[in-house]
Amino acid sequence: MKRCLQIHPGDNVATLLEDAAAAESIAVLGARNGAMALLEPIRLGHKVALSGIPDGGAVVKYGVTIGLATRAIRAGEWVHLHNTRSQVDVRSSEFDAETGAARDTVYE
Amino acid sequence: MNDRWQGYLRADGRKGIRNLVLVVYTVECARHVAHEIASGEDGVHVIGFPGCYDNDYAIRLMLALARHPNIGAVLAVGLGCEYTQPERIAEIVRQSDRPAEWFYIQEHGGTRSSIAHGKALVSRLRSLARERAPRVSMSWGDLTIGAECGGSDATSGLAGNPVVGAFFDRLVDAGGRAIFEETVEMVGLREVLVGRAASPKSAREVAAAYDKAVGYCQSVHQYSVSPGNFAGGLTTIEEKSMGAVAKSGQRPIQGVIRVSQPPPGPGLWLLDSVPDEHFMQFGYTNPNDTEGLMDLLSSGSQILLFVTGRGSVIGCPIAPLIKVTGNSQTFLRMREDMDFDAGRILSGEVTLQQAADELMELVAAVASGEASKPEALGHREYFIMYKHQETPSLEAGCRA
Repeated sequence: MKRCLQIHPGDNVATLLEDAAAAESIAVLGARNGAMALLEPIRLGHKVALSGIPDGGAVVKYGVTIGLATRAIRAGEWVHLHNTRSQVDVRSSEFDAETGAARDTVYE
Repeated sequence: MNDRWQGYLRADGRKGIRNLVLVVYTVECARHVAHEIASGEDGVHVIGFPGCYDNDYAIRLMLALARHPNIGAVLAVGLGCEYTQPERIAEIVRQSDRPAEWFYIQEHGGTRSSIAHGKALVSRLRSLARERAPRVSMSWGDLTIGAECGGSDATSGLAGNPVVGAFFDRLVDAGGRAIFEETVEMVGLREVLVGRAASPKSAREVAAAYDKAVGYCQSVHQYSVSPGNFAGGLTTIEEKSMGAVAKSGQRPIQGVIRVSQPPPGPGLWLLDSVPDEHFMQFGYTNPNDTEGLMDLLSSGSQILLFVTGRGSVIGCPIAPLIKVTGNSQTFLRMREDMDFDAGRILSGEVTLQQAADELMELVAAVASGEASKPEALGHREYFIMYKHQETPSLEAGCRA
């Protein structure tokens, strides 16, 4: 069974420890042990929502708010740049979720 | 576990775990000669400053490195027409009860004769350093250790940095000094950091260092998070910051120190290396990992810990650098460069606490004289640049 890690008991996201496919059931290690099903494929090092997060709600990892949801996120969904923004970095919503490449830079 | 070993007592009361000769050059034009002097010599390291025009920050940093606890003697080498004065460096080093010499290349007839002259001086300085430094017993309370991360991946915030943090807790509990830095990678964590301050004074210092770092990021329109970080799964600077700060452990923050200042007491300290706002704007804060390691070195760290998930091959002059990776694949692929595999925490092979105990044993072995991987490979990268940062003035004084 593939694994993900919940670092802090208050976290609503966990980090994948290996690549996992859609509908795959994965083990949640760390603060709360259990299993959950993914709604979409999620890669190693990326985050899955452990519970539903409302639009504008806090995304919590390490027990602190690491960003705010920019739309409602369901449990089992991939949590990244396409649905979460930084509270500090104003460019945060301008990066490609897959590659991380900046989309706001004008080349020509 | 080995928790007591032999060190070298310095006049200021600090103790070194190595007894090295340092060659310092004062302008890029003297770089080749300085490196040739040290080439093939045992226990001789090199640092230098490339600029012809001098800079208070760079001079302060070089003087801190020349009087580092692991340094027993110094040779300063200049070309002969630059602003920074090798004679002043040698003079100030001598005041610290270390043997020191200096010379200008232009006064010694060129490259070959300068190299020969430098090698003769180094050989004499090495013998003097051996005679001069008393061997004394030392332990955790005599150690200052700095930690930094670079070439990070998703494992750094999950295993590499947490194991360093758990080790830092042990070091602080044993009476040692622990230093963490990279305030631009603490963005979003003002409350978390200020909440860990040991005193109201420390809280004010931490808040000021944090606010300066955020002001810096806002001014340059750049936060310390990159496309590679996003592709690896980090979503925001706040998330990256928590992963980076994990290497500071859980103990209270005693206060903020600036580049070239040793921690004034035991415990955990935050090093502020961000340039102050100045007539030339901020300048750059951390242009590369080596620059950050110089800052930690300047505060007297006898050993440095470097966390790298993707695998960096850098080392450091003056203090042994210990490489920690949270990625077991990186550890296997780059075994000759990596000292410690914290990825075993993620595979469930060891717990975080077991790994921290093992790391502490490794640090004790390196403190006892065992070479770390980068040290044995001969990695001695250094980087000293122009920067503006206020600190209390130097007693000996340099050009203002």
